[in-house]
Amino acid sequence: MSTVTVQLFASYADMLGAPTVELPLTPGTTVQDLVRRIRSLPGASSLPLAPRVAINRSFAGSDQLIEASDEVALIPPVAGG
Amino acid sequence: MSRASILTSEIDPTSLINEVGSPQYGAISLFIGTVREVNEGRSVSAIEYSAYKSMAGAELDRILDEAEARFGVSALVVEHRIGLLALGDISVAIAAAHAHRAPALACTRYVIEEIKKRVPIWKQEHYTNGTREWVDPTHASQVSRA
Repeated sequence: MSTVTVQLFASYADMLGAPTVELPLTPGTTVQDLVRRIRSLPGASSLPLAPRVAINRSFAGSDQLIEASDEVALIPPVAGG
Repeated sequence: MSRASILTSEIDPTSLINEVGSPQYGAISLFIGTVREVNEGRSVSAIEYSAYKSMAGAELDRILDEAEARFGVSALVVEHRIGLLALGDISVAIAAAHAHRAPALACTRYVIEEIKKRVPIWKQEHYTNGTREWVDPTHASQVSRA
Protein backbone atom coordinates (compact mmCIF):
# COMPACT_ATOMS: atom_id res chain seq x y z
CA MET A 1 0.00 0.00 0.00
CA SER A 2 1.29 3.45 -0.79
CA THR A 3 1.82 6.09 1.86
CA VAL A 4 1.85 9.84 2.06
CA THR A 5 4.05 12.00 4.27
CA VAL A 6 2.31 15.00 5.80
CA GLN A 7 4.44 17.94 6.91
CA LEU A 8 3.53 19.63 10.19
CA PHE A 9 4.59 23.07 11.34
CA ALA A 10 4.57 25.32 14.39
CA SER A 11 1.77 24.52 16.88
CA TYR A 12 0.66 21.44 14.92
CA ALA A 13 4.18 19.94 14.99
CA ASP A 14 4.27 20.58 18.76
CA MET A 15 0.85 18.98 19.18
CA LEU A 16 1.85 15.75 17.42
CA GLY A 17 5.43 15.81 18.66
CA ALA A 18 6.96 15.45 15.18
CA PRO A 19 7.61 17.50 12.03
CA THR A 20 5.99 14.86 9.79
CA VAL A 21 3.55 11.97 9.98
CA GLU A 22 3.33 9.13 7.49
CA LEU A 23 -0.06 7.64 6.71
CA PRO A 24 -1.31 4.84 4.46
CA LEU A 25 -2.95 6.18 1.33
CA THR A 26 -5.83 4.37 -0.33
CA PRO A 27 -7.07 5.40 -3.77
CA GLY A 28 -9.70 8.14 -3.59
CA THR A 29 -8.45 9.63 -0.32
CA THR A 30 -9.50 13.27 -0.04
CA VAL A 31 -8.11 16.10 2.09
CA GLN A 32 -11.04 15.64 4.45
CA ASP A 33 -10.31 11.89 4.82
CA LEU A 34 -6.66 12.58 5.54
CA VAL A 35 -7.51 15.16 8.22
CA ARG A 36 -9.85 12.67 9.87
CA ARG A 37 -7.04 10.09 10.02
CA ILE A 38 -4.56 12.60 11.41
CA ARG A 39 -7.02 13.71 14.08
CA SER A 40 -7.23 10.12 15.34
CA LEU A 41 -3.47 10.02 16.03
CA PRO A 42 -2.19 10.40 19.61
CA GLY A 43 -2.06 14.06 20.62
CA ALA A 44 -4.00 15.26 17.56
CA SER A 45 -7.52 15.40 18.99
CA SER A 46 -7.25 19.15 19.57
CA LEU A 47 -6.52 19.83 15.89
CA PRO A 48 -9.34 21.85 14.31
CA LEU A 49 -11.98 19.83 12.46
CA ALA A 50 -10.97 21.47 9.19
CA PRO A 51 -7.42 22.81 9.36
CA ARG A 52 -5.97 24.43 6.25
CA VAL A 53 -4.18 21.88 4.08
CA ALA A 54 -1.68 22.55 1.31
CA ILE A 55 -1.00 20.22 -1.60
CA ASN A 56 2.08 20.91 -3.69
CA ARG A 57 2.54 24.31 -2.05
CA SER A 58 -1.02 25.58 -2.71
CA PHE A 59 -4.04 25.63 -0.41
CA ALA A 60 -6.36 22.71 -1.15
CA GLY A 61 -10.12 22.25 -0.85
CA SER A 62 -11.57 19.59 1.46
CA ASP A 63 -12.69 17.41 -1.49
CA GLN A 64 -9.34 17.48 -3.30
CA LEU A 65 -7.87 14.03 -3.95
CA ILE A 66 -4.43 13.17 -2.62
CA GLU A 67 -1.85 11.23 -4.64
CA ALA A 68 1.16 9.45 -3.15
CA SER A 69 3.53 11.78 -5.01
CA ASP A 70 1.90 14.94 -3.57
CA GLU A 71 3.68 17.24 -1.13
CA VAL A 72 1.10 17.54 1.65
CA ALA A 73 1.20 19.88 4.64
CA LEU A 74 -1.10 20.95 7.45
CA ILE A 75 -1.04 24.72 7.82
CA PRO A 76 -1.69 26.18 11.31
CA PRO A 77 -3.14 29.71 11.54
CA VAL A 78 -0.51 31.89 9.86
CA ALA A 79 1.05 34.83 11.68
CA GLY A 80 3.57 36.43 9.35
CA GLY A 81 4.27 40.12 9.18
CA MET B 1 11.01 43.56 -11.59
CA SER B 2 9.44 41.83 -8.60
CA ARG B 3 11.09 39.68 -5.98
CA ALA B 4 10.12 37.99 -2.73
CA SER B 5 12.57 36.39 -0.30
CA ILE B 6 12.45 34.57 3.00
CA LEU B 7 15.75 35.15 4.77
CA THR B 8 17.50 34.71 8.09
CA SER B 9 19.74 37.76 7.89
CA GLU B 10 18.86 41.35 8.85
CA ILE B 11 16.62 43.27 6.46
CA ASP B 12 18.10 46.48 5.06
CA PRO B 13 15.21 48.73 3.93
CA THR B 14 17.56 51.05 2.04
CA SER B 15 18.58 48.23 -0.26
CA LEU B 16 14.90 47.58 -1.05
CA ILE B 17 14.35 51.23 -1.89
CA ASN B 18 17.37 51.20 -4.17
CA GLU B 19 16.17 48.00 -5.81
CA VAL B 20 12.74 49.33 -6.83
CA GLY B 21 13.73 52.96 -7.41
CA SER B 22 14.06 54.37 -10.92
CA PRO B 23 13.72 57.83 -12.53
CA GLN B 24 10.52 56.61 -14.21
CA TYR B 25 8.81 56.43 -10.80
CA GLY B 26 7.63 59.37 -8.74
CA ALA B 27 6.69 57.37 -5.64
CA ILE B 28 8.15 54.60 -3.53
CA SER B 29 5.99 53.20 -0.72
CA LEU B 30 7.83 51.30 2.01
CA PHE B 31 6.15 49.22 4.71
CA ILE B 32 8.21 47.89 7.60
CA GLY B 33 6.97 45.49 10.27
CA THR B 34 8.93 45.31 13.52
CA VAL B 35 8.92 43.24 16.70
CA ARG B 36 6.76 44.89 19.38
CA GLU B 37 7.46 44.67 23.10
CA VAL B 38 3.89 43.99 24.28
CA ASN B 39 1.19 41.69 22.88
CA GLU B 40 -2.15 40.93 24.52
CA GLY B 41 -0.89 42.71 27.62
CA ARG B 42 2.08 40.39 27.95
CA SER B 43 5.66 41.55 27.94
CA VAL B 44 7.53 40.12 24.95
CA SER B 45 11.31 39.57 24.99
CA ALA B 46 11.76 38.14 21.45
CA ILE B 47 9.87 36.45 18.62
CA GLU B 48 10.90 33.32 16.79
CA TYR B 49 9.60 33.20 13.21
CA SER B 50 9.43 29.96 11.24
CA ALA B 51 8.10 29.16 7.78
CA TYR B 52 7.15 26.45 5.35
CA LYS B 53 9.75 28.01 3.13
CA SER B 54 8.97 26.56 -0.28
CA MET B 55 5.25 27.31 -0.01
CA ALA B 56 5.82 30.73 1.58
CA GLY B 57 7.97 31.66 -1.41
CA ALA B 58 5.34 30.37 -3.85
CA GLU B 59 2.51 32.18 -2.04
CA LEU B 60 4.50 35.43 -1.95
CA ASP B 61 5.12 35.12 -5.70
CA ARG B 62 1.37 34.70 -6.25
CA ILE B 63 0.68 37.80 -4.13
CA LEU B 64 3.21 39.81 -6.15
CA ASP B 65 1.51 38.71 -9.39
CA GLU B 66 -1.88 39.75 -8.00
CA ALA B 67 -0.50 43.10 -6.85
CA GLU B 68 0.94 43.80 -10.27
CA ALA B 69 -2.40 42.94 -11.92
CA ARG B 70 -4.42 45.07 -9.45
CA PHE B 71 -2.26 48.16 -9.12
CA GLY B 72 0.02 48.10 -12.14
CA VAL B 73 3.03 47.99 -9.83
CA SER B 74 5.84 45.97 -11.38
CA ALA B 75 8.68 47.27 -9.20
CA LEU B 76 7.94 45.44 -5.98
CA VAL B 77 10.20 43.73 -3.45
CA VAL B 78 9.23 41.81 -0.32
CA GLU B 79 11.60 40.40 2.29
CA HIS B 80 10.44 38.42 5.33
CA ARG B 81 12.91 37.41 8.00
CA ILE B 82 12.69 34.17 9.98
CA GLY B 83 14.62 32.94 13.01
CA LEU B 84 14.93 34.56 16.42
CA LEU B 85 14.28 38.31 16.29
CA ALA B 86 14.87 40.84 19.06
CA LEU B 87 12.58 43.72 20.02
CA GLY B 88 12.61 46.40 17.33
CA ASP B 89 14.06 44.11 14.67
CA ILE B 90 12.52 44.33 11.22
CA SER B 91 10.50 41.18 10.47
CA VAL B 92 9.10 42.22 7.09
CA ALA B 93 9.73 44.97 4.54
CA ILE B 94 7.78 45.74 1.37
CA ALA B 95 8.85 48.34 -1.18
CA ALA B 96 6.67 49.30 -4.16
CA ALA B 97 7.48 51.91 -6.79
CA HIS B 98 5.08 53.50 -9.26
CA ALA B 99 4.79 56.66 -11.29
CA HIS B 100 2.18 57.88 -8.76
CA ARG B 101 1.70 57.53 -5.00
CA ALA B 102 -1.81 56.03 -4.86
CA PRO B 103 -0.97 52.70 -6.56
CA ALA B 104 2.31 52.44 -4.62
CA LEU B 105 0.57 52.96 -1.26
CA ALA B 106 -2.34 50.63 -2.12
CA CYS B 107 0.12 47.97 -3.26
CA THR B 108 2.12 47.80 -0.02
CA ARG B 109 -1.12 47.71 1.97
CA TYR B 110 -2.45 44.87 -0.17
CA VAL B 111 0.75 42.83 0.11
CA ILE B 112 1.03 43.04 3.93
CA GLU B 113 -2.66 42.21 4.41
CA GLU B 114 -2.38 39.15 2.12
CA ILE B 115 0.83 38.02 3.86
CA LYS B 116 -1.06 38.03 7.15
CA LYS B 117 -3.89 35.95 5.69
CA ARG B 118 -2.14 33.29 3.62
CA VAL B 119 1.64 33.07 3.71
CA PRO B 120 2.70 30.06 5.83
CA ILE B 121 4.87 31.87 8.35
CA TRP B 122 4.41 31.48 12.11
CA LYS B 123 5.68 33.28 15.15
CA GLN B 124 6.29 32.05 18.65
CA GLU B 125 6.44 34.84 21.18
CA HIS B 126 8.96 34.57 23.98
CA TYR B 127 7.79 36.39 27.11
CA THR B 128 9.89 38.03 29.76
CA ASN B 129 8.54 35.54 32.34
CA GLY B 130 10.26 32.70 30.41
CA THR B 131 7.15 31.22 28.75
CA ARG B 132 6.55 30.89 25.00
CA GLU B 133 3.40 30.75 22.89
CA TRP B 134 2.48 30.40 19.21
CA VAL B 135 0.58 33.43 17.99
CA ASP B 136 -2.84 32.54 16.60
CA PRO B 137 -4.50 35.56 14.94
CA THR B 138 -7.73 33.57 14.54
CA HIS B 139 -8.01 33.23 18.32
CA ALA B 140 -10.94 35.31 19.60
CA SER B 141 -8.91 37.67 21.79
CA GLN B 142 -6.48 38.42 18.94
CA VAL B 143 -8.95 38.98 16.10
CA SER B 144 -9.49 42.68 16.77
CA ARG B 145 -5.77 43.36 16.52
CA ALA B 146 -5.02 41.03 13.59
